[in-house]
Amino acid sequence: MDEAPVASADKWDEACLALSLALVSPAICGGIVVCAQAGPVRERWLDLLKRLAGRRTVITRLPVDAAPQRVFGGLDLVATLKSGHPVSEAGLLSKSNGGIVIAAMAERMSASMAAQIGTVLETGQLIAERDGLQLRSSTRFLMVALDEALDDEPSLPGVLKERMAFQINLDGLRTAELSDPKTRSADIAGARKRLADVTLSDEVAEALCAASLALGVDSARACILANGVARVHAALAGRSSTRQEDAEAALRLVLVPRARRFPQSEQDAQDDMQDCPEADHDDEQEPEEDEAGDEMQAPDAQQLADMLIAASKALLPADLLTTSDVKSRLRPRSAQAGKAGALRRSSRRGRPAGTRRGDLRPGEKLNVIETLRAAAPWQTLRRREMQDRLSASAPSQRIEVRKQDIRINRYQQHSETLTIFAVDASGSSALNRLAEAKGAVELLLADSYVRRDQVAVVAFRGQGAEVLLPPTRSLVRAKRALTGMAGGGGTPLCAGLEAALLLALSERRRGTTPVIVALTDGQANVARDGSPGRLQAGRDALDAARAIAVAGITALLLDISPRPSPAAADIAAAMGARLVPLPYADSSAVSNIVKQETRGGSDRAYTV
Amino acid sequence: MSTSTPVFPFSAIVGQNEVRRALVAAAVEPAIGGILILGDRGTGKSTSVRALAGLLPQIRAVANCKYNCDPDGSSFCDYCKASLESRKATRIPVPVVDLPLGATEDRVVGALDLESALTRGEKVLEVGLLAQANRGFLYIDEVNLLEDHLVDLLLDVAASGENVIEREGLSVRHPARFVLIGSGNPEEGELRPQLLDRFGLSVDITTPDDVRQRIEIVRRREAYDRDPAGFALEWSRKDKTMRSKISRARKAVAGVTVSDEMLEKAALVCMALGTDGLRGELTLMRTARAFAALDGKPAVLEKHLKEAAGPSLRHRLRRDPLDETDSGVRVERAVSEILGG
Repeated sequence: MDEAPVASADKWDEACLALSLALVSPAICGGIVVCAQAGPVRERWLDLLKRLAGRRTVITRLPVDAAPQRVFGGLDLVATLKSGHPVSEAGLLSKSNGGIVIAAMAERMSASMAAQIGTVLETGQLIAERDGLQLRSSTRFLMVALDEALDDEPSLPGVLKERMAFQINLDGLRTAELSDPKTRSADIAGARKRLADVTLSDEVAEALCAASLALGVDSARACILANGVARVHAALAGRSSTRQEDAEAALRLVLVPRARRFPQSEQDAQDDMQDCPEADHDDEQEPEEDEAGDEMQAPDAQQLADMLIAASKALLPADLLTTSDVKSRLRPRSAQAGKAGALRRSSRRGRPAGTRRGDLRPGEKLNVIETLRAAAPWQTLRRREMQDRLSASAPSQRIEVRKQDIRINRYQQHSETLTIFAVDASGSSALNRLAEAKGAVELLLADSYVRRDQVAVVAFRGQGAEVLLPPTRSLVRAKRALTGMAGGGGTPLCAGLEAALLLALSERRRGTTPVIVALTDGQANVARDGSPGRLQAGRDALDAARAIAVAGITALLLDISPRPSPAAADIAAAMGARLVPLPYADSSAVSNIVKQETRGGSDRAYTV
Repeated sequence: MSTSTPVFPFSAIVGQNEVRRALVAAAVEPAIGGILILGDRGTGKSTSVRALAGLLPQIRAVANCKYNCDPDGSSFCDYCKASLESRKATRIPVPVVDLPLGATEDRVVGALDLESALTRGEKVLEVGLLAQANRGFLYIDEVNLLEDHLVDLLLDVAASGENVIEREGLSVRHPARFVLIGSGNPEEGELRPQLLDRFGLSVDITTPDDVRQRIEIVRRREAYDRDPAGFALEWSRKDKTMRSKISRARKAVAGVTVSDEMLEKAALVCMALGTDGLRGELTLMRTARAFAALDGKPAVLEKHLKEAAGPSLRHRLRRDPLDETDSGVRVERAVSEILGG
């Protein structure tokens, strides 16, 4: 990320402050998302967490592949079999009441798991209906999510992130530069006692609400969190009401990381748009009507925002909003929103889809409760039968489970296809082909809406490539991303292919089947390092193409030059891709070809 | 929703009028058939639905009936049929049942009660969430993340109003008439078109972008978190007014008349929009009648039709996935053309 260098001491202090605040009131703050790679800095922060939390606080680690029944509670197998009636066992979340739950590799958490944990965080109530059990318990804990996502990788699902007040970033810090904060456990305990009496002052509430709007923070929950955090901050500082400092802290810690708009004048806004054209379509959470609203409201809302900002500036130091790294955050870190949820399937297990009768072979998962249910109606008969056979005096009390009772969990192995379009948006090809490419992606998307497949778009032009549309099935996001796709500039083919490959590899790791469709004329003229020059650019492009072949990813190259070009043929050969010259094809033809290819119909004839 | 702390009061919710109106309309006229609430995170989707549980007036039900059978109704579950003479009526709160993500099929549909089967050799049904939700509401938060096979099952039951259990030697059918409420964020994943159509009303919820409203939200939330019981008490009068309004409307809704002129206008709107099937038109009329009943009017007026058109039709338009126009806008346009600005 091209983040402006923030003084590392500040960054660390913020992280420590978030930690103290969260410990004072897990109920208000919900949790902390820690964006950092595993390393000494993160360890140091976690040590601090442990120390400040106190020895008696239970800290539980939530592994990334934890089974739902371990997390939310479920059937206690041993006790159930022993007693003959379902016995429940509390899950990790219930057991962590009053403690801390640390989710490792939170970026890999499934959307469904995240949504459920989010509900527990929000309501303090755990409700689960599983394995024949109805589980209800109250639990409050501090959620710490260790998010190791790299820049363009999906991070923790937004549905949970949204409910956690703090997002801290420890990247780029060095342990040598860090000094531990002055806060002690006793301060936290004291603040906890004071918190109930801390009132929220009107000015702070008003300023924070106005600031949230000016920063484009849509969620009303963020407002509630910010105000809660201001109160906690006041309690920690020993005040009985919130003041300017508290509002500042809440703004920095809660609102600014969620900011989606840079509060600024209209002229600045336009300049900014030109600087980073992706800013307006890269966003992830706003449904389209909101965006339409943004466009329509332009002058009035801008004036209003200025007014509100001015109002909040009376309370907040003027440089606060401009010094922070809001700008880099305008580009969301990840693609989590659209690709989350029902779409993501792990090939390892797939989605549970009921049970079936079957043999217990290695690798199959026995569904105990369904097996017992299947066996139950026969117990009287079988016991009598056993009694006769053993000529025992009284029927045995053992549960007789026979082979035909065995029930196996059924999983839906739905290997999903992700079609990655690497689109040449350079000057040479863009002018006449960009529209076709956009159209093809849209058509495929409409089709994937039925087949539940995903589409992603990587565009390359000028100096490099970017993931224009992260893997998605959401029509809303796709349309927005495509509308904003611009053309012109050189042809950094190498960068484009590499970006597509990276995306394909990361998606393959999560169980989808990626297919790369490159739309280019093969005329590379920007090398890997961004320098112009046909020769080096061509070589780099061939290298990148070979890497795709080596990775074994299905690829397709649509030659979009007016006449079939040898350069495109070379690239296709290196890539191990099927070459389809596309002199006069329109979007529906492109869509058809890709559909054939992704369905594995390699021996089918193409009809262009 | 068996929590000891009172839920956030319905009347204390700031803004979100369309959602609240839709929820109340469904409470008045359950035949409207399901509400889908779509919107951003943090817009108070689940707060609104959970608040509904605390608002609804109690209903009469057969005592000890697992399916909340109506003692004055015409159809009964097997249990109530068997104890026709001796059954007693009690008053129970309208069930608002939470279907959590990750729920397993046996808990949703109901299954053989293991304990009595294993220890006493009796075949007894352990009822599932569908039975508990009979005559009430079934709420699914993040409905677009629900497992496909559960969605299929819910659709089937919601359509037939009856839950048929054929498993483990059990053969039970019981009434399961409930209003399905789903909420979700469309950016988390699309909803299958079949499921979309099954919801009577579809409401888009947006975040309040007025600073006064935001402050009010924060204030009320803080007051609630500080003292849930006290806060609930503070709002109990308003909730009570709303409750009696719903009670009155419930009695009145059957008598609300629809003039031929209104019927014709409703049909014209649906035709102009090209909605598939009759379901849209029926829902539109039912919703308009519920609104009229809530307003204490004896007949459906044009304004009720106007108010009902958006939520009952916007998710039924035949959707061209590439058409940029928002379906809500299309409905509005058609309504203003036919009913006048």
